[in-house]
Amino acid sequence: MATPSRSLPRAARGRSRRERLATWGLTLAGLLAVAITLTIIALFVHGSLPFLRTVPLGEFLGGTRWAPIHEPAGYGILPLIGATLVTTGIALGVAVPLGLLAAVFLSAYAPSPVRRVLKPALELLAGVPTVVYGFFALRFVTPLLQGFIPSLGFWNGLSAGLVMGVMIIPYMASLSEDVLYAVPRSLWEGAYALGATRFEAVTRVVIPAALSGIGAAFILALTRAVGETMIVALAAGRTPTWPPDPRQPLLTLTTAIVNIATGDHEATAFIWSAVFAIGLLLFLTTLVLNTVSYLVIQRFREKYA
Amino acid sequence: MSEHVAPPVLSTRKFSLWYGSHQAVIEVDLDIAERQITAIIGPSGCGKSTLIRAFNRLNDLIPGVRTAGQILFRGEPLYGRGVDPVEVRRRIGMVFQKPNPFPKSVFENVAFGLRINGFRGDLKAKVEEALARAALLDEVKGDLHRKTGYDLSGGQQQRLCIARALAVDPEVLLMDEPCSALDPIATAKIEDLIRELASSVTVVIVTHNMQQAARVSDYTAFMLLGELVECGPTRELFTRPKDSRTEAYITGRFG
Ligand SMILES: Nc1ncnc2c1ncn2[C@@H]1O[C@H](COP(=O)(O)OP(=O)(O)OP(=O)(O)O)[C@@H](O)[C@H]1O
Ligand SMILES: [Mg+2]
Repeated sequence: MATPSRSLPRAARGRSRRERLATWGLTLAGLLAVAITLTIIALFVHGSLPFLRTVPLGEFLGGTRWAPIHEPAGYGILPLIGATLVTTGIALGVAVPLGLLAAVFLSAYAPSPVRRVLKPALELLAGVPTVVYGFFALRFVTPLLQGFIPSLGFWNGLSAGLVMGVMIIPYMASLSEDVLYAVPRSLWEGAYALGATRFEAVTRVVIPAALSGIGAAFILALTRAVGETMIVALAAGRTPTWPPDPRQPLLTLTTAIVNIATGDHEATAFIWSAVFAIGLLLFLTTLVLNTVSYLVIQRFREKYA
Repeated sequence: MSEHVAPPVLSTRKFSLWYGSHQAVIEVDLDIAERQITAIIGPSGCGKSTLIRAFNRLNDLIPGVRTAGQILFRGEPLYGRGVDPVEVRRRIGMVFQKPNPFPKSVFENVAFGLRINGFRGDLKAKVEEALARAALLDEVKGDLHRKTGYDLSGGQQQRLCIARALAVDPEVLLMDEPCSALDPIATAKIEDLIRELASSVTVVIVTHNMQQAARVSDYTAFMLLGELVECGPTRELFTRPKDSRTEAYITGRFG
C-alpha cells in the first residue's frame, strides 16, 4: 500500500550488507551440518553395499540367527535388535519414572538451596564414564541379583539394563527439570488460586504444560540407551540369542559392532561391511529419534507463548 | 451509595506483611463490603498487589514472607491456626494482571477448578454457566474443546480466566489490574462484566487507573507506601477526599 520511500535505503546500506553476510554465513553453516550428515549416511551405505548385495534384505532384517564368522554363517539381525530392545526397555523402565520424579522434586518441591546443590550434582553424575557403570553392573549388581534370581547368568541383559537406567537418570531428570522449571510462575499461581494443592498443580497443570518437553527428554534418554555400548559390552555378554531373555547373555547392536571390530579372528572385508550395515541401522534409528525429538520440542515451544 | 448494615466479608486488622526484612504492608485496617466492588488504588509499589494477594494467602508461596495483625474472613481469622490456604483459595478466587490460561482447551480451563474440587454434577452445564457469566460463552461456544486458551484474544483470555475463577462459585473475586494488558474495548467489556458480577460476588479490584476505579467501584481504598491512607465510598473519595495525600494523588500531583 505505502509508496516506497526514496531517501531511506541509502542510509541503511551498511547494515543491510552485514545482514546479508550474516544470512549467507548462517545458511552455509546450516548446509554444512546437513552435508556432513548426508556424507556419513553415504559412507555407511557405501560401506555396507558388499554386505547388502550378498545377503538378502529379508534374511538380514528377518533372520533370527546372527553368526557372521561361523560356518554356516547367519546374518539375521533380529537377535541384536531384540537384545537392544530388552536392555533399552529395562533401562527406560528405570530411568523414566525415577528421572521424572527427581525432576518434579527438584523443580516443585525442593527448597531453592537444595535445588542449587542437587541439580549440578545430578549433572555431574552424567559425567561418570560408562565403563565404570559397566564394571559396577558386572561385579556388583549381577552377584546381588543372583541372590534373588538363581538362573541369572554371569552375563545378562537385566543388570546391564538396570545399570544403564541408572546411568540415564541424570539425563532424564536434568532435561525434564529444565522444562518443568521453565513453566511460567503464572500457571502455578493460576492453579493455586483455584484451590489446587501443590500436587494437583504439578500433576494437572505443570507436567501437562511441559509434556512435550518431557517427551523430548524421553527420546533423548531412548537414544542414549539404544546407543550405549560399554555397559552392555561388559555386563550383558556377547552371545546372540533368540528369543532374547534378560536373564541370559545378549548381544546388542552396539556390542555386535564391538565384537567384530575387536575380535581376534581374521576380519574379512565382507564382515567389515556387515559392521557398516549394523552401523547404518543404528545411525538411522538415532537420526529418526532425534528428528522426532526436535519436532516435539518445536511443538513444545508453541505451547504457552 | 446506600449505607450497609451487613458485616464485611473481609476485614484486615492492623495487618502487616514483610518480604524478608522489607515491610510492604503496614498496619492496614480495611473492610470489604459484601457484594460491593472495592477498588484499591495507589502508586506503583505501594503494596496493592501484596495486600490483595494476602486475601487468598497467595503470598504464602513466597519464601520469607511474614505477616502480623489479622485478616478476618466472615469473622474467622484467615491466618489462624488450622486454616487451610487451599480451602481459602477455593472460596476466594483470583484473576491476575496478565491473563494466564492453562495450555488446555477452553472447556478444560474452566473445568479445572471443578475437577480438582471433586465436583459431582453436570460438568458441561456448569462450565457453560461460568462462561456465560463471564460473557464469553457466545464467542467460544462452537469450539469449547477445539480451541486452547492461547487461541483466544487477550480480552477473551482474561474473560476465560474470570470464567475459570467463577466456575467454583467463589464468595469473593480478587482482581489484580485485570485490564492492564487489554485495549480500551476489551477493558470496557470487562468493566461491564465486573459491574454485573457484583450482584452475586464480592469484588476487590486493584487498579492504578483512577478513571477505572471511579467507573466501576462502590468503594475505593487509597494506599501509599504500604499504608492505607483512606477508604470510603468512591464518589466521596474522589470528590471530597479527607486526606491531603489522597487529594494530591487523585488530582495527579504525584504518582
Ligand atoms: N516477591 C517479592 N519479594 C520481595 N519484595 C517484593 C515482592 N513482591 C513485591 N515486593 C515489594 O513489595 C512492595 C509492594 O509491591 P506490590 O507488588 O504489592 O506493589 P503494587 O502496589 O502492586 O505495585 P504495582 O502498581 O507496580 O503493581 C514493593 O516495594 C515491592 O518491591
Ligand atoms: Mg501490582
